[in-house]
Amino acid sequence: MTQLANTNANAVVERLRAWNPQAVAEVVEYRGETTIVVPRELLRAAAQQCKENRALDFNLLSDVTCVDRFPVEPRFELNYQLVSITRRERIRLRTSVSAQHPVMDSVVPVWPGADWLEREVFDLFGIRFDGHPDLRRILLPDGFEGAPLRRDFPVEGKR
Amino acid sequence: MTTVETAVGATKTMVLNMGPQHPSTHGVLRVLLELDGENVVSAVPDIGYLHTGIEKSCEDKTYSQVITLTDRMDYLNPLGNNLVYCLAVEKLLGLEVPKRAQYIRVMLVELQRISSHLVWLGTHAIDMGAMSVLLYCFREREEILKIFERFSGQRMMTSFIRIGGVALQPPAGWRAQVKRFLDMMPARIDEYENLLTENRIWQGRLKGVGYLSPETLVALSTTGPGLRAAGIAYDNRKAFPYSSYEEFDFNVPMRTESDCYARYLVRVAEMRESLKIIRQAMDKITDDGPIKAEAPGIVPPQREKMKTEMEALIYHFKIFTEGFSPPPGEAFVAVESPRGELGCFIASDGSPKPLRVHFRSPSFINLQALPKMAKGQLIADTVACIGTIDIVLGEVDR
Repeated sequence: MTQLANTNANAVVERLRAWNPQAVAEVVEYRGETTIVVPRELLRAAAQQCKENRALDFNLLSDVTCVDRFPVEPRFELNYQLVSITRRERIRLRTSVSAQHPVMDSVVPVWPGADWLEREVFDLFGIRFDGHPDLRRILLPDGFEGAPLRRDFPVEGKR
Repeated sequence: MTTVETAVGATKTMVLNMGPQHPSTHGVLRVLLELDGENVVSAVPDIGYLHTGIEKSCEDKTYSQVITLTDRMDYLNPLGNNLVYCLAVEKLLGLEVPKRAQYIRVMLVELQRISSHLVWLGTHAIDMGAMSVLLYCFREREEILKIFERFSGQRMMTSFIRIGGVALQPPAGWRAQVKRFLDMMPARIDEYENLLTENRIWQGRLKGVGYLSPETLVALSTTGPGLRAAGIAYDNRKAFPYSSYEEFDFNVPMRTESDCYARYLVRVAEMRESLKIIRQAMDKITDDGPIKAEAPGIVPPQREKMKTEMEALIYHFKIFTEGFSPPPGEAFVAVESPRGELGCFIASDGSPKPLRVHFRSPSFINLQALPKMAKGQLIADTVACIGTIDIVLGEVDR
């Protein structure tokens, strides 16, 4: 792979730890990518720190993805891909929500571009985002029942 | 049902549906326009008409079977979709692709970029009323599709970029054909510019239309030519080089006005830069050499070997029935598609089928900017705004 490795990743982790040591529950380094696991309650604050701290400057939210780890608990793993355009760096923030309470804080107040990304996760996984300005289905018809990208939803669909 | 609240009484507004069947929405896009006369009070996109559950289907297929699905998302950039997916799988596997295969990939992806921009330019021009430009752009695009057909047998959904390299050796006579294209193309781009760039009607329809500030664009996660026309230097080929792009000498066109006209200039200049890259790639591709990595059990063996060697036959059988299993983990790779940052996130659970494949599609995210772009302008400007964002509904809806 000729993609640039994340050489400044440790600096990002250290700055986040300095801001709030509890925000960095775990750091995963794999194939040149750095993932910071953040507890669910602290994710929005950590995201705000990543964006507003001049030394971090992750001003572009590239992607919000959900992975259904059924039957492992906590079931839904949310991944936030961040990009710092000025520092040419990528980082991933990861958190998890449980199946019993699939609710997450919306990061739309931090990055307005998260709007449709969170709507897609709501639509396909059924995870609610607190503080989202307009949380409703985006890809599927309004009357659709269920969350198709959950692992227990059959790929052929339900009739 | 997506609806909008309208004002009633002395100041009445009217809600019109633009789409989902409309020649200027470039696909099945529905835009709810709340209008005060000709002025747009709000423009709310309603998408999902082309949602085919590609990401869910990927979970039911082996890693190499997914490649044919990726062609069909952004159907004007199938090779780019193949590339981002294969790069993500190769990252998960820790697989190195031989340089020669990387150069072939770069050349084909840049040809795809030109063909995508040609469709964009032709359709954008015809939306604005310049009907001949559509046919001129499609005439040049035919040459590119003929090149793809020579390489892979397919004009559009080539699935030519595979895990570990490319599908086949470059065909006999490819150099002459690509060279013919490269020699002809600059004059054709001049032709389009002669018709449009200094044209008073073109400038009148596009200058000052669809302006968004750079800060708004970054906040809305816009990437691609829209961001570069606002003066922000973000191109994945330069910021996070992949597939040997760091070895190529090219510029990334930028403007600062951030209106439809600036985006037009950026995309036309990008076509010229792509020609440069293709010429360099053509020189770098040697006549002989590998097209795939050597990775028994992951990359299928050559057909001749498979027919004579027992080991190769067993590997072939295992790959095409069971498939290979990357180690558990996640990877995210982003490439620069003609529309912006195209990303692929794959989560593997150690089985032959991916646990989750997600595509960060630039059209889906860039389309979020439409309400802000169109607000306060005329209906005709909404058509310009939709065209300037350059969406492909297959990618928006997946």
